[in-house]
Amino acid sequence: MTSDALLSVENLHAWYGESKALHGMNFTVRPGELVTLIGRNGAGKSTTLRSIMGIVGKRTGSIRFDGQELIGKRTYQIARAGIAYCPEERAIFSSLNVSENLTLPPVLKPGGIADSDLLAQFPNLQRRLKSPGTKLSGGEQQMLAIARILRTGARFLLLDEPSEGLAPVVVKEIGEQILRLKAQGFTILLVEQNLQFARRVADRHVVVENGVVVDTLDAETLRTDMDRVKHYLGV
Amino acid sequence: MFDHISIQLLAGQLLIGLINGSFYAMLSLGLAIIFGLIHVVNFAHGAQYMLGAFVALLLLNVLGIPYWGALFIAPVIVGAFGLLMERTILRPLRGLDPLYSLLATFASVLIIEGLMRLEFGSSGLPYRSPMPGGINLGFMFLPWYRGWVVVFSLAVCLGTWLLIEKTKLGAYLRAANERPEIVESFGINVPRMMSLTYAFGVGLAGLGGVLAAPIYQVSPSMGSNLMIVIFAVVVIGGMGSILGAILTGYLIGIVEGLTKVFYPEGSNLAIFVIMILALILRPNGLFSAPEKSR
Amino acid sequence: MTRYALFALFAVLAVLAPFQIYPILLMTILCFVVFASSFNLLLGYAGLLCFGHAMFFGTAAYLSGWMLKHTALSIELCFILAALAMAALGWLVGLISARRGGIQFAMITLAISQFVYFLLLRAPFTGGEDGLQRIPRSALFGVFDVSSNVALYFVVLVFSVLAIALFYRIVHSPFGEVLRAIRDNEDRVESLGFQPERFKILALTLSAGLAGLAGAMKAAVFQIATLHDLSFHVSGTIIFMTLLGGLGTMTGPMVGAALIVLLNDELAQFGEWALIIQGTVFLAVILFFRKGVVGEIKARFWKPAKS
Repeated sequence: MTSDALLSVENLHAWYGESKALHGMNFTVRPGELVTLIGRNGAGKSTTLRSIMGIVGKRTGSIRFDGQELIGKRTYQIARAGIAYCPEERAIFSSLNVSENLTLPPVLKPGGIADSDLLAQFPNLQRRLKSPGTKLSGGEQQMLAIARILRTGARFLLLDEPSEGLAPVVVKEIGEQILRLKAQGFTILLVEQNLQFARRVADRHVVVENGVVVDTLDAETLRTDMDRVKHYLGV
Repeated sequence: MFDHISIQLLAGQLLIGLINGSFYAMLSLGLAIIFGLIHVVNFAHGAQYMLGAFVALLLLNVLGIPYWGALFIAPVIVGAFGLLMERTILRPLRGLDPLYSLLATFASVLIIEGLMRLEFGSSGLPYRSPMPGGINLGFMFLPWYRGWVVVFSLAVCLGTWLLIEKTKLGAYLRAANERPEIVESFGINVPRMMSLTYAFGVGLAGLGGVLAAPIYQVSPSMGSNLMIVIFAVVVIGGMGSILGAILTGYLIGIVEGLTKVFYPEGSNLAIFVIMILALILRPNGLFSAPEKSR
Repeated sequence: MTRYALFALFAVLAVLAPFQIYPILLMTILCFVVFASSFNLLLGYAGLLCFGHAMFFGTAAYLSGWMLKHTALSIELCFILAALAMAALGWLVGLISARRGGIQFAMITLAISQFVYFLLLRAPFTGGEDGLQRIPRSALFGVFDVSSNVALYFVVLVFSVLAIALFYRIVHSPFGEVLRAIRDNEDRVESLGFQPERFKILALTLSAGLAGLAGAMKAAVFQIATLHDLSFHVSGTIIFMTLLGGLGTMTGPMVGAALIVLLNDELAQFGEWALIIQGTVFLAVILFFRKGVVGEIKARFWKPAKS
């Protein structure tokens, strides 16, 4: 595929135990881009992120990132290659307080955001540093889940449905944070069900259906050709 | 009836209870740490404790290394043995029903104990106390070594607890306990952390064995019966609860000691009666952590 | 058709066997076949690892031994009463332990079995460390003399066949279906309005009864009942038999029981090595042949397995 891609996924198949979830995905993400994976529930969007991260039973095909092949690598090696992952269910640790949650991911390479800058960027967390992680509101937990992966030095972020289950005003806030990360030079692959949200932040949209990529839309198309989008998403 | 019970007897049994409790606490602590992170019920814990005692004995008799050296060397050797066990028999079973790893460690007990009996026979071997003598406290005689065991094991339990609750390393452990794959996605080599955690828990068992060597007879079966008591302690305290394991360990030791004073026939049974009562009254464990999705 | 032929063949072999093979060995195999099946009912079908299953076996051996020795009850009544008593004990154990699943169930049942062990050690009628010795083989129905090995063999054979038939009925009943469903997905069964706990308790009751029958027969066969029958080594052996034969297959644990009894018979001469070899084989089975003998055969030759 294009040589200027930061991430290129080719013919990716993935399994959970016996059941197959991805049937040959193909797409690329260029440096500095913000790409969303959109599609119906169960189409394989989250599985794609988990496959990139190596958190599935089995995967075949090719995932090239920054010149390295990720298939065959273990999850921690993939993280050290420069990818950070924020799961859908946020995975804030209940036995750790906010401060411990925030500083748990180790600094793996230069390029991460320093802790003091993180707190400046996410001021809500500053006041709650000593409370247990799971005592935060849903929106705060989402902020924390995103904030903590920014310190590792990874410049490529996988965000799984950061807007899910949050009030509109909080979604707006998250959107602003994500745009800010893009402005700071992070490359982002975002899974999103919320089309409004996706439309506001992304450069490009990859449409996933039944474990394969069926279309790629640029931001302009998503804005203008709503019928085509509705056709895919069944809304 | 209290007229018949002298203060010496009471104090003496309380001390024995405290000593036993020290071993219960150290061993169930290791078991809880191992179970918490890698979901293995380490049936070999008692056998590894026994190995600790034998390594101390061999260090002394063969290499002439005294107790104080063994206290550091033996846990490392036993921990290394644990690492080997983890690599060869536990890692292949990771991800399967934890029943298999329980049975694998059980089978390894048959092998380890059998080999030890073959080499050393089944009778107990003595290990000279490194701190002979003691002090008369007026109401009782306290052997120095027993006092040392109580203080040292308390320090080990407290130290381990602080390590897990207050340090960065402990934070990794607690987090990996909840969501290992997420911790790994942060770039931490979780599989290696799991191996080392197992080795650490096994090393604690080995340390317990070294401590026990001068008190109990060193024999291949010294860990077997203890193992079942430790299981009961962990069930009472709540699986995977570190603090629960420590507190229950001491509690059970002391209750057992008191039972010996007031109802000697029942001392073997006391633990199990407490376990059954605890199961009926506190089905989730005395000190269990809040319910977690599994 | 082949099925009936197999049954007929088995029946002929079972009748002829004691005249060719040492009947005590055959009866030992039968006792452990019943014992292993009772364990299989729990682990293979309900997914419950009872790590103290020997408590039912050993306690029943004491009970039946004591009744044979000190009462005028006929031998079949002694077996049945011991089995019923163990079913009651199983029910009690279930009440205490069934709420905790999986690995905790294993630890709790192990601890309870140790409790029973100490109780019996102290009990006045068990003979302490020596156990009950010289247990007589009382007459069948109070009439027929079964004190010879061959005669007793046929009693044990009939009881074993009945026990296996009961086991078969349980597994293939709606109750058995629910048990398997609990094993595979307890939450779903609960969401369908069943109470998994009740089914587990009943399974433990039935299984304990069968294990009790096995222990009761064992006491008559060897004419001795000791604390060893209750020890966790016996509990471990029964787990080993079940796994070696094939967990959750009808016949696997029976095959496993026969294999281990024969193996132990061979290994007895090696003294200390016996346990080491047993442990090594056990470990190999867990690591490399988790399906067990029958499970592996089925997987290779009966590809489209019905179930």
